[in-house]
Amino acid sequence: MNQEMTGAEIVLQSLVDQGVEVVFGYPGGAVLPIYDTLFKQNSIKHILVRQEGGAIHAAEGYARSTGKVGVVLVTSGPGATNVVTGLTDAMMDSIPIVCITGQVPQHLIGSDAFQECDTTGITRPCTKHNYLVKDPNKLSPVFHEAFTIAQDGRPGPVLIDIPKDVQFANGTYTKKENIIIPPHRLFEPEIFKNDQKIDEVVNLISKAKKPIFYIGGGCINSGPKASELVSQLVEMTGAPATMTLMGLGVLGSSHPNSLGMLGMHGMYEANMAMHDCDVMINIGARFDDRVTGRLDAFSPNSKKIHIDIDESNINKIIKVDVPVVGDVTSVLKSVVKVWKDNNLKTNQSDLKLWWDKINNWKKIDCLHFTNNEKEIKPQYAIQRLYELTKDKKTFITTEVGQHQMWAAQYYKFEKPNRWLTSGGLGTMGYGFPAAIGAQVANPDALVIDVAGDASILMNIQEMSTAVQYRLPVKIFILNNEYMGMVRQWQELLHGGRYSESYTDSLPDFVKLAESYKAVGLRAKEPEELDDVINEMISTDKTVIADIWVSKEENCFPMIQSGSAHNEMVLSKDQKQDKLSAEKGKILV
Amino acid sequence: MNKSVYDSPDNTSVSSRHILTVLVDNEPGVLARVIGMFSGRGYNIESLNVAEVSNDEHLSRITIVTEGTSEVVSQIEKQLLRIVPVHSVSNLDEEGSSVEAEVGLINIDLNEANKKKVYEVCDFYRARKIENENNSVIFEIAGASERINRFIKEMNQITKIEIVRSGPVAISTHKNTEEE
Repeated sequence: MNQEMTGAEIVLQSLVDQGVEVVFGYPGGAVLPIYDTLFKQNSIKHILVRQEGGAIHAAEGYARSTGKVGVVLVTSGPGATNVVTGLTDAMMDSIPIVCITGQVPQHLIGSDAFQECDTTGITRPCTKHNYLVKDPNKLSPVFHEAFTIAQDGRPGPVLIDIPKDVQFANGTYTKKENIIIPPHRLFEPEIFKNDQKIDEVVNLISKAKKPIFYIGGGCINSGPKASELVSQLVEMTGAPATMTLMGLGVLGSSHPNSLGMLGMHGMYEANMAMHDCDVMINIGARFDDRVTGRLDAFSPNSKKIHIDIDESNINKIIKVDVPVVGDVTSVLKSVVKVWKDNNLKTNQSDLKLWWDKINNWKKIDCLHFTNNEKEIKPQYAIQRLYELTKDKKTFITTEVGQHQMWAAQYYKFEKPNRWLTSGGLGTMGYGFPAAIGAQVANPDALVIDVAGDASILMNIQEMSTAVQYRLPVKIFILNNEYMGMVRQWQELLHGGRYSESYTDSLPDFVKLAESYKAVGLRAKEPEELDDVINEMISTDKTVIADIWVSKEENCFPMIQSGSAHNEMVLSKDQKQDKLSAEKGKILV
Repeated sequence: MNKSVYDSPDNTSVSSRHILTVLVDNEPGVLARVIGMFSGRGYNIESLNVAEVSNDEHLSRITIVTEGTSEVVSQIEKQLLRIVPVHSVSNLDEEGSSVEAEVGLINIDLNEANKKKVYEVCDFYRARKIENENNSVIFEIAGASERINRFIKEMNQITKIEIVRSGPVAISTHKNTEEE
């Protein structure tokens, strides 16, 4: 039953046993035994990245697009420190990752050996859990526990640090089925008694006059069934629903009850409805500051229901009336059942008044922008990208900044797991490696990284990876030669002093693509845009499409820092009131 | 509420002292996880005490004295529970009836002039003299932290002292304290 093998072989066997198909990594001295074992087998594919930071974002992209665990393999010291950003990103956005790091041999630990660092110490706050494995016999129990913890409850990254001597040493392999994980180390749904809470939830919704569903990334992490249940509940109640940046795709954009995204750059009608609602049903979201705006004016007159698997999110930022701790799928199943069993209905005339109000807000047409015949407007570029790709199986990843918000606003998502963006940490450089990971997991899909000219340079070295594995990832750069969001904030809050936000000496992105033996395309004028997008889609290679867009376009609508949901700024001409602006300036 | 980018509207509750007792797997790094959570999220630790309580089950009990509003302390409890090796967290002040004790060791600068007074105070507080090879005068005092505070205050008025304190440990007086 249990087998004797080397530590490195146990690592590989554990991965196989866990159903891992792909590992993203980069070799180095302290992981050579694992790479040697990798060389001798065929069941696991290794994707060689060009910097470890790329490996972990690729694993995140893989995980988000599939719902499976993303696996990373890197060496000690710099290999480990380079994954710290990605671990933190995965922690913030609840992405299941198992990251394996090599460590110097045990007798050298603490001696400041070559490529030694305190990996478990450094990564403790940015992982759900981490391990330093000193005994080869403990490797398989640790691996199986790590995979469980990464996916269990609120998912997250887990790191396993393995000294080189442990990789060489012999030990016993224990199968997944023979590992018992003590329950206190996992999420324990049975400790939350929710039955009564479900009644309260259903009761509140049925009596609501102005309800709104506020849907977050937890609905995606809970699996595809959760999205179905959300749609079902929304339809049963007839209530409007808005989604966070992480929740886009849970309820299709074309769904009549969808108000689109809420928050800082969310839809006017979504934010107004959040502000004015009388019952708010938060499903798998965490009242992030990008969503709430000023707290003392956050939805002042509503009863709030909060469904979250992580108890620490309850009453962390916003005090709620009915907290329900549990997995979205299982909680919503009960909610739907109780609703049906009791034959409940929302009051249609109240709801009609509520929708009338919302439809009036919609008339503002907050995403309106003035198109231009000479310059490509970035919003227009995303609109065209959507129109020309909407009938394909398309995954959109983004970097961080204006382009990310425009993609969230103008691209319409109909399914979960198709939108991969760094929400919590806001990591520039995330999108391209994430697209690589998503493409590895979905070879037949169209995977597009909507990027900015600044963000894309943060992990541009992964061009080499994409080309090596013939991954036809498309990089769609909205090029305005600025760190656009930084510039926008400088314009709005710092007197238009564009300190260091202009990028001089950008590369020629077409030539850059060609130098990697990829395809480079460029659109300078609106009339070239469709052709470039179509060519990008039809090219079966890695493509960089360099789209020259208006340089000083701002991302609107916007709840500026320090303002509330009902104080959205719709255009440049509208000014934030002075007091909020002063307060907002010091915030992030 | 806890904290956010924005000022919270209802930050009106008062801050008070709380004793949290945390049962954990006694594995490498567990204390660092607990302490790191406090420092990383900006919570206070007034004192912290850790020792193994069950050898065969490898369980340790960490006693933490912290200061905060009930909202903050409730958030601390939930954050502690997210740590994988944490079994359970109890807030002893919340449970009402608990007993706490602390140990202090005091090295006293003793001379003929202050001798009588020192022994009187030690007697009153039931501080016990600990014999040692170097014949220095070391007293041990145990009990509630408040009592040790008073002892130190009185002793300070008499002579120079050097002091080390364990920080309090505490236990619930309810009969069934077993969380597992």
